[in-house]
Amino acid sequence: MPPVFFELSVLALGILILLLETFAEKQDRKFFAYIGIAGLAIVFLFLEGTTPAASGMVSYVSDAAAIVFKKIAVLTTILVLIMSIDYAGTIKRYLPGQSPQSGLGEFFALPILTCAGMMWMASAVDFILIFVSLELVTISFYVLVGYLRRNPLSLEAGVKYLILSALSTGFTVYGITWIYGVTRQTNLGQIEHVLPLIPVGNQSGVLFGALLVVIGLGFKIAAAPFQFWVPDVYQGAPTPITAFLSVGSKSVGFIVLLRVVQAFQSLPAVGDKLITAIILLAAATLLYGNLAALPQTNLKRLLAYSSIGHAGYLLIAVAGIGARDSGQAVVVYLAAYLLMTLLSFLIMINVSAHADGDDISHFNGLGKRSPFLAFGLLVAMMSLAGVPLTAGFLGKFLVFKVAFETGQFFLIALGILTVGCGFYFYLKVVRAMYWQPAQGGVAAIPVSHLSVVAIWAMVILIFLLGIFPQFALGLMPGGVN
Amino acid sequence: MSFLVHLTYLAPVIAAIAILFGWPARKTAVIAAAIALASALIVFLGYDRGQAGYQFASSFALVPEWDLKFYTGVDGLSATLLLLTSLVGLAAVWLAPKVEDGENRYYACILFIAAGAAGAFASLDLFFFYAFHELALIPTFLMIGIWGTGNRQSAAWKITIYLSIGSIILLVGLIGLYLLPPAAQRTFDIVKLQQLASSGVFAGAGSKSVYILMLIGFGILVSLFPFHTWAPQAYASAPVPVAMLHAGVLKKFGLYGLLRVALPMMPEAARYWAWLLLILLAGNILYVGLATISQKQLDLTLGYSSVMHMGYIFLGIASYNVIGLNGAALLMLAHGLSIAALFAMCGELRKQTGTLNYLDLGGLGSSMPTLCFIFGMATFASIGLPGFANFASELLVFFGAFKNGTAGAAFNEFEIVGTIALWGVVISAVYMLRAYRAIFMGERQARWQSVEDMPMNVGWAVVLLVAALLVVGLVPRTVLDAVEPGIRLFAK
Repeated sequence: MPPVFFELSVLALGILILLLETFAEKQDRKFFAYIGIAGLAIVFLFLEGTTPAASGMVSYVSDAAAIVFKKIAVLTTILVLIMSIDYAGTIKRYLPGQSPQSGLGEFFALPILTCAGMMWMASAVDFILIFVSLELVTISFYVLVGYLRRNPLSLEAGVKYLILSALSTGFTVYGITWIYGVTRQTNLGQIEHVLPLIPVGNQSGVLFGALLVVIGLGFKIAAAPFQFWVPDVYQGAPTPITAFLSVGSKSVGFIVLLRVVQAFQSLPAVGDKLITAIILLAAATLLYGNLAALPQTNLKRLLAYSSIGHAGYLLIAVAGIGARDSGQAVVVYLAAYLLMTLLSFLIMINVSAHADGDDISHFNGLGKRSPFLAFGLLVAMMSLAGVPLTAGFLGKFLVFKVAFETGQFFLIALGILTVGCGFYFYLKVVRAMYWQPAQGGVAAIPVSHLSVVAIWAMVILIFLLGIFPQFALGLMPGGVN
Repeated sequence: MSFLVHLTYLAPVIAAIAILFGWPARKTAVIAAAIALASALIVFLGYDRGQAGYQFASSFALVPEWDLKFYTGVDGLSATLLLLTSLVGLAAVWLAPKVEDGENRYYACILFIAAGAAGAFASLDLFFFYAFHELALIPTFLMIGIWGTGNRQSAAWKITIYLSIGSIILLVGLIGLYLLPPAAQRTFDIVKLQQLASSGVFAGAGSKSVYILMLIGFGILVSLFPFHTWAPQAYASAPVPVAMLHAGVLKKFGLYGLLRVALPMMPEAARYWAWLLLILLAGNILYVGLATISQKQLDLTLGYSSVMHMGYIFLGIASYNVIGLNGAALLMLAHGLSIAALFAMCGELRKQTGTLNYLDLGGLGSSMPTLCFIFGMATFASIGLPGFANFASELLVFFGAFKNGTAGAAFNEFEIVGTIALWGVVISAVYMLRAYRAIFMGERQARWQSVEDMPMNVGWAVVLLVAALLVVGLVPRTVLDAVEPGIRLFAK
């Protein structure tokens, strides 16, 4: 079975749900989401049994990194679908249609199509394929972000995302043309091969192109100073889509970034400058994300800034690409980030569905109202802050290790500062849940069975990865980039 | 027998989880703490003092590639500290007041704090040694924030942010230590690292940077001057069990880390930075000591005094000779017991009177004779009067400091700071006796007529701590015999 089968089957799954939406009008739309979850779960199981192998194509690889990022993409999509089911009530409110469930089917189908794009991105080693799959992901996101068309915030988010994303795509394409102009190649492997041979006078041209590509990717991974769209878009988009953006879009952005930066390492004159650029990006991202998160009072916005902050830590690992375990650090960090961020979003959806909002103050007294949800969010916040024995700590540990190995002491110093900030703003949520008395309703919040299972699974996985690091490290062997 | 070591931290963890799932809180917690104490006592007594090294060891490989294991075991020092942890742990659980709201979470948090400390002392692997300590961070935050007194929210924030930054600096230091040896020899195994140290892999210039990171990281956790400002306020605001566990046990983690990791592995670096440590610890003793005298409330006095006494332990560590390090190790135990007893009685006093302000109190000795007597004993112990473990250990610390001087020559830096530290004993006598006089002696105000004494079913937990102080104080060899062989491995 050729590796590309996975992308094709996910694509087919998405189209199947779209067809069902059209032809099975009487069917409860939530059933489509269950089909999607089941289908993706099967794909995930098959991915689990896949080993790195030659793909037989030049622009598409199926190495360890590609497989693990595909797993991340599929798992994220499954969890996003679970969230979307809980979120269906809110969609109905902002999307009046002829039947009570109109529009819901697309909302379940589009993430699956996005997932196919992400999987292609994970395997892409050619700028053309990278660009095309990037667009597949981004265009589905245009639709999803502005999906609540009667909600001005969602529309605003949709427009902002459209304009800034298109701009960043422009940067990427322009960068690719420069690189192609100098090297006559779009394939990363070929570029790596050709780079040392180009005339010295053309090096600045390649560097310019590579920097433009990094800027374009910087938008996707929400790195400062290309993060301006993040808080507004995250706050305005439907919450499951926010989660999808902050985990899925970021993860595949990082695999592409890793591959691109790695390809340019064959020419130190360009590669070193690129690393310097990444270091500056990392420093700006760490500072901006963590400092701007301090005064936030809305949990969704807080998580938006936190997502920027975590991009900063991930960029430290990318900057340490010379170290043996840099790729491993990125993968483990992303796996941890996936669990803790999606856990926060899943609980947030359940809580805010009964609180008419997602300010931190809406979580006041949650520890008494719903001890289970509060405990789940406590674990997520501990992990995001980087408390040991949770997955988040393992990620930070690896990142600091890579930084130490490559001598990035400036970034380490910044990292110490920002971890301290992180403790403050993540614990603000914990404070609301456990210190503050409940406001308004004090009734326990009903949670669907599927969500309970998902919350338990994520909580257990967070501790499992934190206490038994070998599971996380096994995702991606060290020394492979 | 290694399961006994596991019990010291597993019993509280399992009990905490069971309590969160609805088991009766107090009963489960007391039983778990008693099991932990019994196992720690058997480990302490069963530790074969005839041979140095780690006993009751067991390990479970996790990441072979990094040589990361879940590795536990004890030597004399860690057995002593485990005993301290479980003694204070049982007293803290026993003395926990009646909680109206969220009793389950209250007890679970205490148990998690105790388990974190015990796990850290039992770990022989850098990763888990660090991780266990941080296990206590969030429960402390919750406990002070929810059930604390006074300005509890600001105290909770301060301790949490301070300790998290201290821990992350320490983490960077530990990663640095892990990366110092050549790639093939890297390990998280503390025992192997100590053996590697003798081959000199840590002797390079890098070790000086790593050591200073660890000194600052551990120092923040131990409230080394000038990183001490989190401690007094946090202890004053914390619920009684947290103040006991944190001031008595958890703070010793940083000192234990210096004795277990930093000193044996980087002796040159430790000697190189001794001057800095001497200056800072003089700040602990003199500056914080004087600040303690000016306090007008018992809880703050105790909070500051616990910061001040860290100076003596640091002096023993800075001296880096067997007698000084012995003193430091013994003082860790003595201080842990005495400050826990004092905080326990401070909480009892607050419960009865509702105030700890010296101006409001006075003459309570006649209405609370039991509390007055035991408080007096703990006060004497804290000052360092002969007969209590504090005396024996402070004496050793001073000998250690003066041993680094040359007979007949002018005083060197160790002797100068040693002299300052001797004045510290006077300072601590001043503030402790002032506190004792202000609370128990003098005219009794009319409103304290009906104050009740500490009931003995509560008081026995405090008596247990004070009795341990007396036993160790009269026969310090019970502890020193266990501790010394381990220290002799790296110090002269």
